[in-house]
Amino acid sequence: MFRYIVRRLLQMVLTFFGATFIVYALMFAVQDDPIQALVGEKPITDSQRAALTERYHLGDNFFAQYWYYIKGLLTGDFGTSMTNRKVADMLADAWPVTLRLSVMAIVIAATIAILAGVVSAIRRGSIFDNATLVVTLIVLAMPIVVIAPIAQLVFGIKLGWFPVTAGRDASLWQLLLPAAVLASLVVATELRVTRASVAENLRADYVRTARAKGLTGARVIGVHVLRNSLIPVITLIGVDLGALMSGAIVTEKVFNIPGVGFNLFRGIRTEDGPLVVGFVSVLVIVFLVVNLIVDLLYAALDPRIRYE
Amino acid sequence: MRGNGPWKMAAGAAAIALLAAGCSGGSSDDDETLPNAISIGIVEPESLIPSNTTEQNGSSVLASLFYPLVRFDENSNPYVVAAEAITHDKANKVWTIKIRSGFTFSNGEPVTADNYINAWNYGAYGPNAQLASYFFSRIDGYAQMQSVDPDGDGPEKAEEPKAKKLTGLKKVNNTTFQVTLSAGFAGWESVMGYDAFYPLPKAAFKADGVLADGYGDAPVGNGPFKIKGKWEHDSKIVVEKVADFKGTVPKVDGITWKIYQDLGAQYADLNAGNLDVETKIPIESLASASGDLGDRLQKSPSSAFAFVGFPIYEKEYQDKNVRIALSMAINREEMTDQIFLGSETPATSFVSPVVAGYRPNTCGENCEYNPTKAKQLYAEAKGPTDIKISYNVDGGHKAWVDAMCNQIKASLGVNCSGSPEPKLSDMLKKVREHKSVGMIRLAWAMDYPLMENYLGPLYTTDGSSNYYGYTNSAFDSLVREGSEAATPAAAIKKWQAAEDILADEMPVLPLRFGQNVFGHSEKVTSVEMDLFQKVDIYKIEVAS
Repeated sequence: MFRYIVRRLLQMVLTFFGATFIVYALMFAVQDDPIQALVGEKPITDSQRAALTERYHLGDNFFAQYWYYIKGLLTGDFGTSMTNRKVADMLADAWPVTLRLSVMAIVIAATIAILAGVVSAIRRGSIFDNATLVVTLIVLAMPIVVIAPIAQLVFGIKLGWFPVTAGRDASLWQLLLPAAVLASLVVATELRVTRASVAENLRADYVRTARAKGLTGARVIGVHVLRNSLIPVITLIGVDLGALMSGAIVTEKVFNIPGVGFNLFRGIRTEDGPLVVGFVSVLVIVFLVVNLIVDLLYAALDPRIRYE
Repeated sequence: MRGNGPWKMAAGAAAIALLAAGCSGGSSDDDETLPNAISIGIVEPESLIPSNTTEQNGSSVLASLFYPLVRFDENSNPYVVAAEAITHDKANKVWTIKIRSGFTFSNGEPVTADNYINAWNYGAYGPNAQLASYFFSRIDGYAQMQSVDPDGDGPEKAEEPKAKKLTGLKKVNNTTFQVTLSAGFAGWESVMGYDAFYPLPKAAFKADGVLADGYGDAPVGNGPFKIKGKWEHDSKIVVEKVADFKGTVPKVDGITWKIYQDLGAQYADLNAGNLDVETKIPIESLASASGDLGDRLQKSPSSAFAFVGFPIYEKEYQDKNVRIALSMAINREEMTDQIFLGSETPATSFVSPVVAGYRPNTCGENCEYNPTKAKQLYAEAKGPTDIKISYNVDGGHKAWVDAMCNQIKASLGVNCSGSPEPKLSDMLKKVREHKSVGMIRLAWAMDYPLMENYLGPLYTTDGSSNYYGYTNSAFDSLVREGSEAATPAAAIKKWQAAEDILADEMPVLPLRFGQNVFGHSEKVTSVEMDLFQKVDIYKIEVAS
């Protein structure tokens, strides 16, 4: 087990550098005129252009620029964004709120998906099953650009149940509505997967055996069926967590949360290489760690899986 | 154990992640601290260093932290504020500024002539790359402070500039200093109303000409408010009243500048009563805004001027009759009514109505919607049969560009299509390389309220924003003569004569003048916005 984790961690180092290199190369390729992007619609003088090119090493070739970046990264310096802020500070500002938001969204989504999924699998064809099918199809079909503003308008402004916007230092209460909106992105798929997986396992031989042994229904479902059925769901949740962190651009915009999605969007818009690479680097780490946790959970759920 | 080990471990890991995520939260905001405080929505400013601020968000915040030399009355004429008197010689070349004594920065330092001179030198020095440094370019010695890149744009390092100080700045005594311009300019007093001309305290510098780290995050100014804590990036900037401020005292005790990524989110907060002023109602909310806000939705003139530039470097557009025909082919009013829902007004002049010397409808017949005459003129001039209008997609221009194209199609019977570019910089790059981009969507907002600030950058041969390559030496010299005229009135005369040339030649197609369309909550009254798209912080007050 321990050796397995060490091996995975070593792989993560390689993946990390590979990913940052690719992202850096991509940002370099799309970089057209970041200095003009920085000043917006204003004209810029030659003297300013020269000074800014110097400051951000924009005149150097790709490998020299990448070398500057990696040198900084290895000494714990994520570099300076084109907005002249330290990328490390921006990371420290943006990550906590996004992490809270996406973890809340995942908890909401997983709770609903697993509960409703198990119930509809047990009562296949019932009203509940059909109703959840319809509701999840509707939620799945509605894009987030529609759900988020409508939720804000209805529950925030008209009914006044929830705070309208969240902000950077948002409390858990302020984040509840955005998290629910974000959860709607993934709840449908998670629910369908849970239902299919539980339904399949309910027909398995070991379930019949457990029933024949005279175990209570709750124990059969809660321990025997669920444990086996959760493997695909856990995989999905792991992937979703990463996706929610990087993909919350719309939700973060509507609810005014200056998190990771917002910063990535801003960085790409202003051709801000260091900003994008910094955020993506941390995203890569998060993805890797989440996937490691997911793999470890497999072993916990299915004793046949052993890592050496 | 049988699998329980990793089970526990994984559960532990998940718990730690949850804990880490949860415990950093908690503190709920807001301005509960001061009862007489208000909140105003902005977008994350680019910078809070006066000489590096060229957009209205940073400028709004700075207006609360600093006290300018001059402010502007409703006719856009400057009057002294932090200055006691501003005088000049006959040629408008040497300006003597006497500042009012007794003023201090919010850290207690007295405001002296040195504070102005040091700040301006810092702003003008090329290697500091201050975005507003071009404001100092009229001062003697500016050119010697700029570095020249030996190979244009490249690996070779630029040389250090010859000078570190503006030779045109001279201290007379503690409260008086002299500014010598490289050429006489009657409007210089107005220019000094801009942010770049604020003084910086000694505390702002760690060495001569080097700004202290972190000053930009917590600027100390000479204004009616001081910053509370630091600029909380992407979140908010809180300012509170300075005790016994010597100048005009604002009526509110504090302002929270709330930072939003999105105007829509800002509008939602305004509606829910979490925000007191939104300075720009998003266009998608305009239809419902009058219902939502009632008489709390307001409009005021702004300096924005939207126009379409003709690529004069292209042969097809060199005949002025082609340009005039295109201008006659479009219905400006229909566009502002249907697409902008009255939030902007049709433009038929080449300078904004907010500057002194503006005359309505200088464009005359050439900007009147007249499809028959347009078609005739266009046919005679053999205008191009395929017209493109380039625009940047990130600015919400598609709707009106398409509408304009439809009008051109209907009036002239030619093909017209919008040509989207990802960003303005992509478009301008193509224009600079004189690639075939067709007509170009452009806009301008003034830096200081003078006609010259439209005529100079937009239409003179070496104007900083004259991307379309218009050149007319008679026009250039009229603008220059106006700048050097002895009095503002004489200057305006020259500039108006210059504008008449534009009306005849149509280097650009004037389209719309902007307005501030803003809204406020029930908590505040006397909300006014100035020509620079800023809330007047001296007038706004909390409703009793």
